[in-house]
Amino acid sequence: MMGTMKDGRPRSLTAIITMVVLALLWTVPTLGLLVTSFRAREDVASSGWWEALLAPFSSDWTLGNYAGAITGTSLGSSLLNSVIVAVPATVLPIMFAAFAAYAFTFMKFPGKEVLFILIVAVMVVPIQVAFQPMLDLLGPRGLGINGQFVAVWLLHTGFGMPLAIYTLRNYMATLPNSVIESAKIDGASHFQTFWRLAAPMSMPAIAAFATLQFLWVWNDLLIAKLFLGGGANTTIIVDLQQMLGTQGIGSELLTAGAFLSMVIPMIVFFSLQRFLVRGMTAGSVKG
Amino acid sequence: MTAAATRPSESPEAATRERSGSPARPALLVVGAVGLVVTAWLVCNAFLAFAYYPQWFLNSKILIGALGLLVGIGGAVVFFRFLNMIIEGLPSRLGEGLIPYAFLLPALSLLGLMLIYPTAQTVVYSFANDDSTEWAGLANYRAIFGSGEFWQALLNNFLWILIVPIITVAFGLAVAVLADKLSPQGERISKSLIFLPMSISFVGASTIWGLVYAYSSPDSAQTGLLNAVVTTLGGDPQPWMQIDTARLNSLLLMVILIWLQTGFAMVLISSAIKGVPEDTVEAGRMDGASEVRIFWQIIFPQVRPTLVAVFITVLILVLKVFDIIYVMTNGRDNSDVIANLFFRKLFVDQQAGQASAIVVVLLLLVVPILIFQVRSYQSQEANR
Repeated sequence: MMGTMKDGRPRSLTAIITMVVLALLWTVPTLGLLVTSFRAREDVASSGWWEALLAPFSSDWTLGNYAGAITGTSLGSSLLNSVIVAVPATVLPIMFAAFAAYAFTFMKFPGKEVLFILIVAVMVVPIQVAFQPMLDLLGPRGLGINGQFVAVWLLHTGFGMPLAIYTLRNYMATLPNSVIESAKIDGASHFQTFWRLAAPMSMPAIAAFATLQFLWVWNDLLIAKLFLGGGANTTIIVDLQQMLGTQGIGSELLTAGAFLSMVIPMIVFFSLQRFLVRGMTAGSVKG
Repeated sequence: MTAAATRPSESPEAATRERSGSPARPALLVVGAVGLVVTAWLVCNAFLAFAYYPQWFLNSKILIGALGLLVGIGGAVVFFRFLNMIIEGLPSRLGEGLIPYAFLLPALSLLGLMLIYPTAQTVVYSFANDDSTEWAGLANYRAIFGSGEFWQALLNNFLWILIVPIITVAFGLAVAVLADKLSPQGERISKSLIFLPMSISFVGASTIWGLVYAYSSPDSAQTGLLNAVVTTLGGDPQPWMQIDTARLNSLLLMVILIWLQTGFAMVLISSAIKGVPEDTVEAGRMDGASEVRIFWQIIFPQVRPTLVAVFITVLILVLKVFDIIYVMTNGRDNSDVIANLFFRKLFVDQQAGQASAIVVVLLLLVVPILIFQVRSYQSQEANR
């Protein structure tokens, strides 16, 4: 009765129904936020967002929340701060990790096994262990750069390092060894081989790590809160969290602000999803 | 021809063309060393200047960001270039031996500075007073183990550990299996929708679910989705985040994390399922096995390593779960967890000693996972 699909597989009614239900369950909460962000404060308080969605032409829609969030609060400038934090914090670890991954993949040296096990191990260590010592080191008792972008670039570069090395190394291990060997025979130094062969060939894994790291840095609350604080350099996530804490004031701006904070990671996510999936499956989890 | 011995595959011409076996070249060595030090000095000072003297950069955050990117990347390239020069300046046997460590140096220094040194330091702090000026012996541990809130948080963490990873993997598996049975467009669209929350921050997700769990007094309109459903079905609206009977509030917070992570689980499991060799499944069909039996006896054993890997990844995440609790309840009504308790001790109560002791407990909880990860890495390498 259900027939078959174009490729000859039978259609499964159970699969279709369950997947529609699951997809709805996974979408409806976000949809609720999106719809609410276009409604005026009084409407939000008096009826559920679904009522506005069911009667789209008789409800009042407004862009006022977005205008208010950008002009009336610090969300506009904290959105910019997030970009300034996230871009260098995504790119810098790759520079260092790629060289390390190359060494772990294509070179033989004493201590290699132990050092790589160390990297596998620190991937599991909760970053909370680093907070107090790093606050001492970067705060007024130490370098005094706490609250500046430099501090969070440094931290994200360090914290992202284990995963970066691990992902890139796993990917490089799948590259044909013969290519690297023949470059060596042609007299290329390791430095040249890295720049001309290993790094360009690892682009899919680099893109995958970059996507993950960007999402992680952008969405991070803890490091931004502790090492940038709530002042002029605060990120949009911390700003949003602070708005959530203050009940009442501009609660209608909150939904618009939350959506603003999601737009850029969503764009990055969708445009790089292909790499992300490939890198996650080929690199980080081999089973 | 000393180096030729280490590379038996090389042809004699190639070996002579190569610089192997060359003696030390002091000029290169000196230029490399000086360049390395100057580069490192310049880069470090440039970064400190971004922090200390923003007025030099017209107080422009964009300029500082762009320069940070430029100096970081450029500095790293130049740094490795000089490092390579030093290696080439050394006698080749020594250089060949040192180059792997040179490549590892910056990455491992960062790791050491940001993760390994602090871990040791935190363990030390856990035995010191709140200013870390005097030893306190076991006082911090006695204080946390003697407090009810610590055990409460620990219990909640165990509930999170027990529930979230297994359900996330189960959902991920179900979605992966069912999506595989859809048409290609259906599969792509449904997977994208379920994957999407992965790009949403914990704070953003808390805002989203805050709307779902919203509560207004029974005589007014319920604008929270959950309470609207409950009242439509004839029930009374509930202040969900305040109900700690059967840890209902914690369970509802767990829903948020499961919602965020299922997409991640699905992607990895889905690719593992697609990687199951078609002929093993065909063989099952030939023998007349049902689809259910084929799944459990042929597909499931082959994707099990992936399921374990996803489980562990989510488990590690759950151990450190913080943002959701901090934003939604801040630990009120018995919903506290270790990471949130740590945050409160360190920054609200200013009890750095106890905070460190809590992190050490967290670290101890992680040790079994750490051993498991290292073991599974080793067996993976053995099969490579």
